[in-house]
Amino acid sequence: MRALLPGVRAVTLDLLRFTTAGAVDDGKSTLIGRLLYDSKQVFDDQLEHVAIASERRGGAGALDLALLTDGLRAEREQGITIDVAYRYFATPARRFIIADCPGHQQYTRNMVTGASTADVAVVLIDARRGVLEQSKRHAFLSTLLGIPRLVVAINKMDLVDYSRERFAELVAEFERFARKLQLQTHGDGVKHGITYVPISALRGDNVVERSAQMDWYEGPVLLEFLETVDVAYDHPYERPARFPVQWVIRPAASASAAATGVASDYRGYAGQLASGALQRGDEVVVLPGGGRTRIAAIDTYDGQLEEALAPMSLTLLLEDELDVSRGELICRPDEPALVGRELEADVCWMSEHALQARGRYVLKHTTRSATAIVDQIADRVDVHTLERTEPAAELALNDIGRVRLRTSVPLAFDPYARNRRTGSFILIDEASNETVGAGLIN
Amino acid sequence: MSVAAAQLGGAQAQARALHAARPLLSHLRALESEAIHVMREVAAEFERPALLFSGGKDSIVLLRLAEKAFRPAPFPFPLMHVDTGHNFPEVIEFRDRHVRELGEHLIVASVQESIDRGRVVEEQGPRASRNQLQTVTLLDAIAEHGFDAVLGGARRDEERARAKERVFSFRDDFGQWDPKRQRPELWNLYNGRIRRGENVRVFPISNWTELDVWEYIDEEQLEVPSIYFAHERPVFRRDGMLYAWRDGAELIDGERVFSETVRYRTVGDMTCTGGVLSQARTLREVVAEIAATRVTERGETRADDRVSEAAMEDRKKAGYF
Ligand SMILES: Nc1nc2c(ncn2[C@@H]2O[C@H](COP(=O)(O)OP(=O)(O)O)[C@@H](O)[C@H]2O)c(=O)[nH]1
Ligand SMILES: [Mg+2]
Repeated sequence: MRALLPGVRAVTLDLLRFTTAGAVDDGKSTLIGRLLYDSKQVFDDQLEHVAIASERRGGAGALDLALLTDGLRAEREQGITIDVAYRYFATPARRFIIADCPGHQQYTRNMVTGASTADVAVVLIDARRGVLEQSKRHAFLSTLLGIPRLVVAINKMDLVDYSRERFAELVAEFERFARKLQLQTHGDGVKHGITYVPISALRGDNVVERSAQMDWYEGPVLLEFLETVDVAYDHPYERPARFPVQWVIRPAASASAAATGVASDYRGYAGQLASGALQRGDEVVVLPGGGRTRIAAIDTYDGQLEEALAPMSLTLLLEDELDVSRGELICRPDEPALVGRELEADVCWMSEHALQARGRYVLKHTTRSATAIVDQIADRVDVHTLERTEPAAELALNDIGRVRLRTSVPLAFDPYARNRRTGSFILIDEASNETVGAGLIN
Repeated sequence: MSVAAAQLGGAQAQARALHAARPLLSHLRALESEAIHVMREVAAEFERPALLFSGGKDSIVLLRLAEKAFRPAPFPFPLMHVDTGHNFPEVIEFRDRHVRELGEHLIVASVQESIDRGRVVEEQGPRASRNQLQTVTLLDAIAEHGFDAVLGGARRDEERARAKERVFSFRDDFGQWDPKRQRPELWNLYNGRIRRGENVRVFPISNWTELDVWEYIDEEQLEVPSIYFAHERPVFRRDGMLYAWRDGAELIDGERVFSETVRYRTVGDMTCTGGVLSQARTLREVVAEIAATRVTERGETRADDRVSEAAMEDRKKAGYF
């Protein structure tokens, strides 16, 4: 792999994606509302709207900040979150994309949707109710999905008299559970701990403003944590290059090309660099076929580049005429992806129709689609104990288990733990076209 | 500095390049790359996609993203505009010129034709708007051309129902959105599988904010219709909004036409899009104004969303964008 540039330090990302997790009614939506409200990121008309809607729901004068994200009619009627809401806000330190997720077990698939792209998960725990199964499930899913950092917000501290003892008790309880979680290690080799913050989303304690009620707490308030957390992404230079071919650009194939004056033999392989960096002149291998050539040019609308970094979208021109098409993966020969038709993966099942051994599904991985057959369900995870059971006959809705699959065509992949982009796939039901499973390759 | 670093956007990136020896993509360039990826997925996975182009700022950004995704080849889809017949003339002029300059093909689906053919009945009176009628014209055009995917410039920051919508938003054969049965959407793996008659609405700039859009327009130096900049025009005040006076508009008791310096934050139908008082006459000034605003884009300019708490959700369930 390419040596690091000398004098390199970690760079703080200017864009942080985070997600909420935890059981229903733990206060996730209220917390997001509070975060937006206290950091003055709510527009006047939105606020007016929330005030009117709160009143309609009988909230005697008090603003129900959860209404800032619970935007669907059914959500407002029932006072719950059904699907992920995306919100955007910025402070001088960073920009944030928030995915506010539902807590109901029934809607776990929507939580997984929000969590799949997150850098940080904020796991909420209701200080009175303690660590519920759903909080554990979500914390487990968050780490399984490779979210680099977890912060546990012990909420509703106002209902336990802002008790330091209760906070310590819950931290200890969660730590006992968390010992079994596969917390991510990063390029720096450090296994990051979990940060715990005692808050009241309703009253605004320790969310944006430091609480006057809990002077015993010396850690960061939640926003401060989010502004400064180092998700320690490896720089593209430290990662193998992975370029799934998405689309072949051949202007000559179109009638109007002659008029545009583009060379008639232009043949560009367009896609988004999933990880790593590529330079003009690099030797590359096209997987799964194995053909080798060099990068003749890195083309973009804004001109040619000497070097491209993930996650740029770009077009590669190759020196030799290889038969390359959508679904193939371009990498460097000294750091190739794995190639095979047999996969072992953790699968989160998201359909009412159980996953069964010998089931057939459409598998979508990077830019390639294949048919997949399930050979075996090797185990199932008990979300309470995080223990893996014996081989299972099926995975029901919201189950997670280790599955062995065969695919109709070879795939070029990496283990999910090493690459979220080339290590993930979805399963689609051939008859209903629904997305039924999320897979993380082992 | 490497060429990659030179690609990074804006002053912020230059500062970073100075302070850190490690170039990374600016947040705007990361959003751009994500959107290009979405567009190419659409081109690759659907048989007959189309891109909605209204001449508004979001769809102008979509066209630049399409250029970045597909040039030097032509776009692998036609452009389409649902024309209510009540659009700002400046926008229609811009629309046609921009399409011509790009050398692409535009389909105009006309609400007037839907009215003439008896597909819809026009509202009457001074508050009549063709906004609702657009949905029928859109669905008819999708059916007529057999489109299986339609790219649009909607953003999640616009409105609370949109904040809930997937990038690939599945619509049944009535064009309906079912918010309680959305497909899970993980990572950047989009499920575009549909049956005949169904379609997918695709929103490549879902994760952009209004400010992102203007900063991008500024960085890319994109041309936008003149009504986005402060200008003087005859207006009348209704329900706290400043509507453009146009021939055929009816006034209600007490309303009068006067001249005001306004600009538009959105360029929808003239009958339901209000202007805002503004002195912003350049892109930079618009960016500064948007960065400081205390009111959302729709809240300040769209009458159609004031009707009920879930106006947009209801329209989307009926097949609207
Ligand atoms: N007392 C108290 N109530 C809270 C707090 N945070 C949220 N709640 C209430 O808990 C209920 C559930 O909140 P919500 O945000 O909808 O929970 P979610 O399901 O996790 O999104 C609502 O009635 C909130 O007002 C808090 O810090 N203290
Ligand atoms: Mg909620």
